Amino acid sequence: MTGPALREHMHRAYRHDSAARHVTGLAAYADDLVEPAGMLHACLGLSTAAHADIAEMDLTEVGSAPGVVGVLTAADIPGENDISPVGAGDDPVFADGVVSFYGQSMFAVVATTRAEARRAARRARVVYEPRPAVIEGEDALETVSEPLTLARGDVEAALDSAPRRLKGTLRVGGQDHFYLESHIAFALPGEDDEIRVVSSTQHPSEVQHVVAHVLAVPSSAVTVNVRRMGGAFGGKESQSNLFAAVAALAARKFGRAVKLRPDRDDDMTATGKRHDFRVDYDVGFDDEGRILAVDSVLTARCGFSVDLSGAVSDRALFHADNAYFFPAVRLRSRPMRTNTVSNTAFRGFGSPQGVMAAERIVEEVAYGTGRSTLDIRKTNFYGGPGRNLTPYHQPVEDNILPRLVAEIEERADYAPRRQAVLDFNAKGGVLRRGIALTPVKFGVSFTATWMNQAGALVHVYRDGSIHLNHGGTEMGQGLFIKVASVVADCFQVDLDCVRITATSTGKVPNTSATAASTGSDLNGMAAFEAAETIRRRLVAFAADNWNVEPGQIAFEAGRVRIGNQDIAFAELVEAAYMARVQLSATGFYRTPEIHWDRAAGRGRPFYYFAYSAGVTEVEVDTLTGEYRVTRVDILHDAGRSLNPAIDLGQVEGGFIQGMGWVTTEELWWDGEGRLRTHAPSTYKIPLASDCPPVFNVHLAEWSQNAKPTIGRSKAIGEPPLLLCASVVEALSMAVASTAGYRYCPRLDTPATPERLLLAIERLGQEGAE
Amino acid sequence: MTAVRRELRFLVNDEEVVLGDAGAGDSLLDFLRLRRGLRGTKEGCAEGDCGACTVLVGRLREGDVRYEAINSCIRLLPSLDGCHVVTVEHLAGADGGLHPVQQAMVDCHGSQCGFCTPGIVMVLVALWLERPRPSEAEVRRALQGNLCRCTGYAPILRAAAAAGDYGLPEDDGLVRNREAVAARLAAMADGNRVELERGSVVVPADEDDLADALEAEPAATIVAGATDVGVWINKDLRDIAPAVFIGHLDGLGRIAAKDGAIGIGATASYSDAEAALTEAVPGLADYWSRIGGWQIRNMGTVGGNIANGSPIADLPPVLIALGAELVLRKGGKRRAMPLEAYFLDYGRQDLAPGEFVEEVRVPVPAEDAWLSFYKVSKRRDEDISSVCAGFMVRVREGRIEEARLAFGGMAATPTRARAGEAALCGRNWDEAAVEAARQALDRDFTPISDWRASAEYRALVARNLLTRFYLDHSPAASS
Repeated sequence: MTGPALREHMHRAYRHDSAARHVTGLAAYADDLVEPAGMLHACLGLSTAAHADIAEMDLTEVGSAPGVVGVLTAADIPGENDISPVGAGDDPVFADGVVSFYGQSMFAVVATTRAEARRAARRARVVYEPRPAVIEGEDALETVSEPLTLARGDVEAALDSAPRRLKGTLRVGGQDHFYLESHIAFALPGEDDEIRVVSSTQHPSEVQHVVAHVLAVPSSAVTVNVRRMGGAFGGKESQSNLFAAVAALAARKFGRAVKLRPDRDDDMTATGKRHDFRVDYDVGFDDEGRILAVDSVLTARCGFSVDLSGAVSDRALFHADNAYFFPAVRLRSRPMRTNTVSNTAFRGFGSPQGVMAAERIVEEVAYGTGRSTLDIRKTNFYGGPGRNLTPYHQPVEDNILPRLVAEIEERADYAPRRQAVLDFNAKGGVLRRGIALTPVKFGVSFTATWMNQAGALVHVYRDGSIHLNHGGTEMGQGLFIKVASVVADCFQVDLDCVRITATSTGKVPNTSATAASTGSDLNGMAAFEAAETIRRRLVAFAADNWNVEPGQIAFEAGRVRIGNQDIAFAELVEAAYMARVQLSATGFYRTPEIHWDRAAGRGRPFYYFAYSAGVTEVEVDTLTGEYRVTRVDILHDAGRSLNPAIDLGQVEGGFIQGMGWVTTEELWWDGEGRLRTHAPSTYKIPLASDCPPVFNVHLAEWSQNAKPTIGRSKAIGEPPLLLCASVVEALSMAVASTAGYRYCPRLDTPATPERLLLAIERLGQEGAE
Repeated sequence: MTAVRRELRFLVNDEEVVLGDAGAGDSLLDFLRLRRGLRGTKEGCAEGDCGACTVLVGRLREGDVRYEAINSCIRLLPSLDGCHVVTVEHLAGADGGLHPVQQAMVDCHGSQCGFCTPGIVMVLVALWLERPRPSEAEVRRALQGNLCRCTGYAPILRAAAAAGDYGLPEDDGLVRNREAVAARLAAMADGNRVELERGSVVVPADEDDLADALEAEPAATIVAGATDVGVWINKDLRDIAPAVFIGHLDGLGRIAAKDGAIGIGATASYSDAEAALTEAVPGLADYWSRIGGWQIRNMGTVGGNIANGSPIADLPPVLIALGAELVLRKGGKRRAMPLEAYFLDYGRQDLAPGEFVEEVRVPVPAEDAWLSFYKVSKRRDEDISSVCAGFMVRVREGRIEEARLAFGGMAATPTRARAGEAALCGRNWDEAAVEAARQALDRDFTPISDWRASAEYRALVARNLLTRFYLDHSPAASS
């Protein structure tokens, strides 16, 4: 007898599981949930000094404002006044005695309505005694964590003996996450010391632990739930802690449900961003542009506390080679403490800044030798005898960049278009064009090795319906639909038989943040393990019950073939239940092979690499510095994609987000350390009209992961963002054309129209001198 | 004395709302979410920049209901009397399933996190109602007021292009019910003044009633499109009462050509004024597309953009270059002045208590006038300018006869570059004249540095815009 064909759910272009709910407004975010009667609203009181002793904080007027139920300060914290994700003790819920940045939480006011709480918060009278404030990272003297050095070979000797040598400085700006849904948390007190928290967070387990520490209760008393976030991008990895902790403190103190939803301005002022970096590089190379030695120092503005800055600045070093082999290399991090908001995770987690440094070096060598940047790239790619070792001594074993780059050159018509750009610029008009092809090599795994673990929980109910839960969170990236397709594949049931459920610390404990692009790698495997455990039990039961060999049992399209019989999946499940077979299982996954010795700067921090290549063309108006990105072509390596539609969306979205970072998104602090770009009126992320009119994005369909990841897929969240280096270089080329390509424009980011115009002026003056 | 009603009446989706307790600063968004439980509409920024809160508002115009996409976060309840508010919950396809725009968004993978999605859907519905098969340029223009942080917009653009394949407006519920809604709105329109909160909120019956209301309460905040006022409320927590709402006064929003000028009534929105002005003024259409986003152009008014005296407002440099005249009214008295005379200093305008902007009269440009309008901003669309400029130059027989160079973003008020103009007038239209004007700008302006641009950049761009103007018009000079 022939059964129905196997139906593959993995690798199919399923829509986002919430798509219909998104478009109808029925997808509920934390602020949309039904509110318990008597719920109160909290608002934070933020500091208005960058660094000062709090000489006096008079909250009398706050407490007596209409609708106010009470105020909370550091004195109201029963446990530790610390929300540091690394337990550093340097990140208070409420500043106590001293404020360390402009916009730091000092107190909270709780009122009957959110409007009343907001009004009341502004009635605080605070007297500051200023202390010296350090705003810029490069002015800072103190580090927030131990710097890292990655080194291989004798870099000084190699630099000294190199035929050519160049030094330079690159400044790379920060970036606000600008998730459309601002931070929010909502806490409900339970019996005794129990508390439930709904948080918009990528890291429910950390919120749980932080709330427990702040309230001085065991973690078992705290349950954190999150169904979905309205965007996160790293901004809700550790930054949710503050809002959850305050909501929980207030709920505990007043015995009522309490919600804390900062407005956009408070959100952008009080929460961390992508680190801005200064990179000082020293590169030795030969006349052909072969890089011989690189010595770079990467200085990061970390803000007032360590938060995740240690790991962020480490990852910047891990990617400061991007795709290039440096025969002798020394990369040093300087994670600097400043009196600004504590910078944090943001899609790429330091790697984009590292890649920008690598690509600047390529540009310098190209302008230095007069060769094209693509030639310099190809000359220096990893590959060939003795040219496969990274600065952290992990060999590059899965390099597919030569093929990706060759294919994108072909697809994007790179060579003829570059010639057309050169010809266009040769006419000498006001408008200038630029084109650039840049590659990406991205290391996948948390560099904190222990974080590479995940759990899942699968229940099969008697009617054959399946309840799926895992430690990953949904922020729009399509993790839930990917993992559901893994489970549907395992049981060979329709996707809608798999119920996707909210992430909860009560179901799967001790989870890692959904971060570092690892969501589907980790949770997909964990869910597979859980489903597979149940499937094996069902097979064992069926073999026994129907007296057939396990090999004669197959799951096929909602049915199960057992020898010569063919029964519905639900029928088998019901029979198994009656025979007292356990129909619930946990799954667990830990990434194999990885290890990292930070002190030695050696190891295998990454399980594998993901690759990408992109070509960007721009047109610049040299009278105003305004520009358009006119065409982008991308060929991206998603391994064997778990969901090509979702992955395409990650590539398109990630690229545009990176483009925003390097073009229009500018964080601007005034002399007092006050962020003046704290809302969309002043902080400009890309619009639909910024999307390139020609935007060709493809996945490399031939690729599959060399490692046995789930479905041989690869991580997708972060790598595409790094292609934004091609935008910078294309703009740089247009600028360089105004001075006959004689000078490397050394364009810092964000490359705003202002930076472009001033760079054009600068090159004009250099040419005159 | 006009009859007074003490409650607002409007429609939300299918339901009639009668509201006696709306405060001057109460937003439509909070009303929808907190009082009506309609939580599909989201707050992203509360300043009209992200579009997550977009809803449609329909209002009777000459017997028909015209729906416009607006930002509900800065739309104030008293401005909604007699309107039909349509939220994402109201959308449906002809078969009761998803609306064509919604289905296109689902099929094109147009949502990721989904938080901006209801607002994007509402804007695309507004576009689809007007143009079910829009051009790519029309889609990009329609979406200028909506931010999405996940998708990079590519799938949303695909969905917008495809929506017309899923259904056409003639089958749509909003279109089919237009007459019934018009009848319901007409029944609400009793011609009364509305007063709320013990008279501190006034929605006047007509223009004369407005003049009376302001004479009675000269300190009242005048609220038209609320694209500024809404931000004062949401961000500065400003109490705007007493307040007088004028956005609904059709008589104050008339656009009419008279005596060689186009009269734009104070409450005409940017969208209302667009056709008349961009047809009469060559070169203005592109500039007009860069004012705010679509929602802001539907809400913000020409009068409001002038009245508040912002040095970075988009319209004053344009209108000053065109030689516009401003008409102010107080009670029954009117006075007129050249627009540039209205702006006295930063935050200070030539406006008496109880006086209001009634009209701006824009002379139809002379046939031989060269006109250009430039806006330079960090992001091309929906951004506030670093520098904006309106230039008008008339050249007779090779000599510059008249030059009006108006700038925004260069000084404490929108202002003319008198030294620059003087440097041009009487000279031949050539590079030397432009160079002289470029140099003269340094005497006109000492711009500031802020988060939008440095003083150095502003000064350089202002000079370069003169060069751009020359390049744009020098071929015409020789021909």
